[in-house]
Amino acid sequence: MKPLNQLFKQTTMSTPNKKIKKELTVQQKINRRNFISFASFTILAGGAFEGWRWLYKSPQEAAGGITSGAHQPLRRALNKTELVFRRIFSPNHLVKTYPKSRAAKHVRVNSDIGVEAAKKFDPASWTLNVIKKGGEVLQVSLHDLMALPKTEIVYDFKCVEGWDQISHWGGVKFSDFIKHFQLDEYTKMDYVGMETPDKAYYLGLDMPSAMHPQTLLAYEMNDKLLPLQNGAPLRLIIPVKYGIKNIKRIGTISFSNSRPKDYWAERGYDYYSGL
Amino acid sequence: MKAIKEKHSLAMRWCHWVNFPILTIMIWSGMLIYWANDEYSFTLFGHTFFRFFPEWFYRYLKIPYRLSEGMAFHFLFMWFFTLNGILYILYTIISGDWRELVPKKNSFKEAWLVLLHDLHIRKMAPPQKKYNAAQRIAYTAIIFMGIGSVVTGLAIYKPVQFYYLTWLSGGYHFARILHFALTLGYVFFFVIHIVQVFLAGWNNFRSVISGFEVVNETPEPAIQTNNDEHSK
Repeated sequence: MKPLNQLFKQTTMSTPNKKIKKELTVQQKINRRNFISFASFTILAGGAFEGWRWLYKSPQEAAGGITSGAHQPLRRALNKTELVFRRIFSPNHLVKTYPKSRAAKHVRVNSDIGVEAAKKFDPASWTLNVIKKGGEVLQVSLHDLMALPKTEIVYDFKCVEGWDQISHWGGVKFSDFIKHFQLDEYTKMDYVGMETPDKAYYLGLDMPSAMHPQTLLAYEMNDKLLPLQNGAPLRLIIPVKYGIKNIKRIGTISFSNSRPKDYWAERGYDYYSGL
Repeated sequence: MKAIKEKHSLAMRWCHWVNFPILTIMIWSGMLIYWANDEYSFTLFGHTFFRFFPEWFYRYLKIPYRLSEGMAFHFLFMWFFTLNGILYILYTIISGDWRELVPKKNSFKEAWLVLLHDLHIRKMAPPQKKYNAAQRIAYTAIIFMGIGSVVTGLAIYKPVQFYYLTWLSGGYHFARILHFALTLGYVFFFVIHIVQVFLAGWNNFRSVISGFEVVNETPEPAIQTNNDEHSK
């Protein structure tokens, strides 16, 4: 065996040694570099294509879960992305508001799931049910809600489809509602769940978004009581979420530490859907 | 005599080829999203010349009814698009390559001469280093477009949390229009880019994969002759 220092010498001397071997011609160098680069390029491109095929053909989430309808890896990505944007979320970040004159007179009605006209519904017999610990139910009438301080907002309502419309709503701040009915302990939980009286439409909200100062339990639109197709007698207006989270005709409110079931999250959409 | 002339660094080539498929996926998934509210058209003096997009186009690319899928793809690949862009910008700053990329004072004037030359109207192209005046403008503009897409994208993605970006983009509604228009810009860039690459030939194309060009080095004469034929 050679002593170590000799080995070292050899490696440092290797450049001149190689020269003795035979220097590559320019054409050989060109061919060599072409081969290496194009081979690497082909391998990387092939790998990228295979990766894309894997993702594109990745299985969908099983039906019946809290979320479904999305490719499994994409759902994981949505959930990870949610964590990033939850860190950025601040109750001090407010949606832009407008003067009343900018509000649309004809407010777009995009969906009637849970509030279908064909279904019989009598707003007069409606009460809001708040499910408390131990199955106790707090019943709140529209009259009770209207006795609380009214908050109005004129803002740009945003639909997940891509359209937006400036609209004018009035109601009770969700955080005022919590305070008034002494539900404060429930805000330590992670989620709020809401459902239409017929249970056809339902959703879950993370607590910080629900407690955002611009989140309203709205009973008015354009200074009048809500029309039925816009969610009478009480709907949610939550400017930090897409329209899909602005449930019409709230029947039940509940609290939980895990995600409540959510109509559109079961159909491939992001659970968080925060703006 | 043939010689190897280094042209594009590995970082440059990496960013270029990583961006290409990512941008393609972003445009495709963007169309899946746009379809759900496809309200844009090219209208001038009340006449609609083109509607984005015609039905046959949607059908051919299997666009309809895939909003949620489009959003899921878009909001994953946005990370890669942005990271790759940041990597590229950092690289050009640290390496000093930005000097060859940003337009110079006379680039805007010179770009016309390049255009005239490319259209075979003018015989001589202005002298250049790595990139000519038109390329400097195009390759710098595309970076600002990329930044614009990220900013307007965030402005419509999180308009409450990034309200200042939404304000900067002219409001939510206008930000969506800008985001769409920038995408049209990429398609326009792509078409011109492909034509130019095709015209520039193999040696140029190879350099974006292998990094070098092959040049014919003729020994420089001590006294420059004014013989045009010689340089050809």
